[in-house]
Amino acid sequence: MQSIIQVNNLSKTYPSGFQALQNIQLDIRRGEIFALLGPNGAGKTTLISIICGIVNPGEGTVLVDGLDIVQQYRKARQRIGLVPQELSVSIFETVWDTVSFSRGLFGKPADPAYLQQLLRDLSLWDKKDSKIMTLSGGMKRRVLIAKALAHQPQILFLDEPTAGVDVELRRDMWQMIRRLRDSGVTIILTTHYIEEAEDMADRIGVIRAGKLILVDDKTSLMQKLGKKQLLLQLTTPLQQIPVALAGYQLQLSADNNQLIYTFDAQQEQATITSLLRQLNTQGIEFSDLHTRESSLEDIFISLMGDAA
Amino acid sequence: MNFYAIKAIYLFELARTWRTLMQSIASPVLSTSLYFIVFGSAIGSRMVAIDGISYGAFIVPGLIMLTVLTESTSNASFGIYMPKFSGTIYEILSAPVSAVEIILGYVGAAASKAILLGLIILFTAQFFVDFSIMHPLWMLTFLVLTAISFSLFGFIIGVLANSFEQLQIVPLMVITPLTFLGGSFYSISMLPPLWQQITLFNPVVYLISGFRWSFYGVADVNVGLSLAMILLFMASCIAVICWIFHTGYKVKV
Repeated sequence: MQSIIQVNNLSKTYPSGFQALQNIQLDIRRGEIFALLGPNGAGKTTLISIICGIVNPGEGTVLVDGLDIVQQYRKARQRIGLVPQELSVSIFETVWDTVSFSRGLFGKPADPAYLQQLLRDLSLWDKKDSKIMTLSGGMKRRVLIAKALAHQPQILFLDEPTAGVDVELRRDMWQMIRRLRDSGVTIILTTHYIEEAEDMADRIGVIRAGKLILVDDKTSLMQKLGKKQLLLQLTTPLQQIPVALAGYQLQLSADNNQLIYTFDAQQEQATITSLLRQLNTQGIEFSDLHTRESSLEDIFISLMGDAA
Repeated sequence: MNFYAIKAIYLFELARTWRTLMQSIASPVLSTSLYFIVFGSAIGSRMVAIDGISYGAFIVPGLIMLTVLTESTSNASFGIYMPKFSGTIYEILSAPVSAVEIILGYVGAAASKAILLGLIILFTAQFFVDFSIMHPLWMLTFLVLTAISFSLFGFIIGVLANSFEQLQIVPLMVITPLTFLGGSFYSISMLPPLWQQITLFNPVVYLISGFRWSFYGVADVNVGLSLAMILLFMASCIAVICWIFHTGYKVKV
């Protein structure tokens, strides 16, 4: 299946001399949710802005649905909706007017029935005649989403969609994004809430200092880079780890009450059985045991550390 | 051509006019009425006729031009500066619209509003002074060309401005003085000879002279020259705008 977005060797240096992007190579698959992770200033917004036409590309090309974003910008941009990071919306206008404006701007004839449904889906219908300045921050964010979807794009970019949004609203927004994905819209979001990417994304790209350092399926990323730990709560504290257990590279907690066994998530788990058998032979008893997996956050932090 | 986009921008800009009806339409009409009362009726009745035209009637074209020039400049500049200032320009930049469509939307709306205002003032003037229009079609031509030219000029100011102060400074400090000194309230022939020469460097002289000719058939400078000057000014503005969009200067990096 053809990628819906193909970024080839994209580089961007701002007039100030700051190189925001270096040789970005990225394919976005049709219908996926792709999360672009990275610290502030890594180049996430620059990448999105270039694809959407707000920033001129430096070197390299970007194809949207096979259309060059410079040569065939009209057709390419009609396929894209963008929800910007800032709450930039004309505050003196009503919700209905601003959404209708967006639809027209993107070259679509008026379709009140569609806009009505869109506003209902975003719980904005009862606010349609309100001026935007009277809305709360969360509502303004939804107005921006409505504007981005007003022309029925195939691709939706969400730049930090849940920044400054409360937990409940964030859940609502995630649900809405999933519904959109189910309806066939490809979604690219940037975030530095890693839980958001972990919860939502099919694939994850990590960008750091203008370089895309990793792109992978979320599950395989977590498997490859994720660590699992087995924690054993000892009935009697150990002073040191018995020599017989040296092969397992165990760690003893600071209070000597807990044995920690770190293992690779991909590895066969037979080693756990043998470890437990060894503990039994050594007469080490434990009152409780549990395992924990590293989160995407741990992976992300270790990636950032490695690259530094 | 993305006609829906032109329409969207055009209507958005006109809606802004309706939202600020008092400021947009009522205040220029009021201030022009005051000019007519003071200069036209009160002082004008004691003035001698200029070129055979009563003073009240003589200032009608100049007053209309004064409003059309300042309003088209400030409207167009404000129209494009606001999205830059509020950040909503992201939407225009990411939309499938060309520079031509953006200009048709913004400049079209600013010019429409200025033309409408000009006509309203023309209509208002009838209540204060007696006048007739000798060449109505030429009058409209001058009005439309001037409104479009100065809306283009305003668009450039709006793109280049970095603050509200810079936005205001050209209409206030440049356009208004040039219009006052451009023969709104007097004929150039009333000036001392040296100033008659200097004043020819003021582009507004040509606009007002041409416009007044369409009313009364008398002009300070040749009508053809007036028309040529407007077209030259318009062409210069279009050239600057082309350059702005070509380089992305101040809009897009």
